[in-house]
Amino acid sequence: MEWAFRSDLPIYTQLAEKLTQAILSGAYPAGARLPAVRDLAAEAGVNPNTMQRAMTELEQQGLIYSQRTSGRFVTEDTAVIDGARRRLAKAQARAFWSGMARLGYDRQKALALLTEQDQTDEEVM
Amino acid sequence: MALLECKQLTKRYGSVTALDSVDLTVEPGRIVGLLGPNGSGKSTLIKIANGLLVPTSGTLTIGGSKPGTETKRIVSYLPERTYLSTWMNVVQLLDFFCDFYPDFDRNTAEHMLTALDISPKLRIKQMSKGTREKVQLILVMSRKAKLFLLDEPIGGVDPATRDYIIRTIISNYNEEASVVISTHLIADVESVLDDVIFINKGRVVLQSSVDEIRSEKNCSVDELFREVFRYAV
Repeated sequence: MEWAFRSDLPIYTQLAEKLTQAILSGAYPAGARLPAVRDLAAEAGVNPNTMQRAMTELEQQGLIYSQRTSGRFVTEDTAVIDGARRRLAKAQARAFWSGMARLGYDRQKALALLTEQDQTDEEVM
Repeated sequence: MALLECKQLTKRYGSVTALDSVDLTVEPGRIVGLLGPNGSGKSTLIKIANGLLVPTSGTLTIGGSKPGTETKRIVSYLPERTYLSTWMNVVQLLDFFCDFYPDFDRNTAEHMLTALDISPKLRIKQMSKGTREKVQLILVMSRKAKLFLLDEPIGGVDPATRDYIIRTIISNYNEEASVVISTHLIADVESVLDDVIFINKGRVVLQSSVDEIRSEKNCSVDELFREVFRYAV
């Protein structure tokens, strides 16, 4: 996993985001056991307390749960994972529309561009 | 109880005031960055904590006691300059630390030396500046101490070694121990810090958690430091 941090957000927020993406991409599939906080912290080059805080965020969202003796696991409830996927996808979409608006594209023109791009991509392939 | 506590700590060298009424505490389980420009008083503070200097006024305590033989049992100190005899080789250094500190974990040290490709037969005088720094830090971090005081631990080493050292610091301290790192290489240590203390001209100008700085000021500690300590051109 690539661990690089932006300067304008707390590190734990960015860690939580990275871990969520790892779950969504299947790097940590449903039901999988997560590495220990300390090992993950060392890998990412961050403070263990910060990694702990990121884990707590994911626990609150129900994406992971901890079992007292055996560690932390990704939820087996795929609906929760799909919910997180949808939430992030919506955020991506919002960012796209506002980026296009800044370039002077209204929804219709932006949509047209998207469709056009899909077609040219297919042609290339 | 706070591991390290300063109350109105003041140190003067003749007419020069190095520390001016410093109040601060370091709680157990924290990694704290002591950050300030050159000559701000960082090393003076760390030297007082190790009993190498005595305060002009005010107090500094470690686990409630003044620096002395008892506190040295629980404090592992990396000075800014090497104090080790340069004729010693790595094995002799390991013996030396085993003799001196009951909490020294030889296996941990040997493991790290191997990881960094440092030969046990190498004498300090044969080592480059960077290798000397690595060896010293390995020795210091291999103690099971309560408080680690690291004065400029990453100044002279390359970025890859810097990463290794930072990971070493993370994986070697335990939850009841605290680490104080004095440095001006903020961007390199920022992601491992819980808290930062900005010190300038002997005064504490800011004490905050890294998360607080990032979420309230929307900038990194490195950026904030540049802003706080900006010189007029």
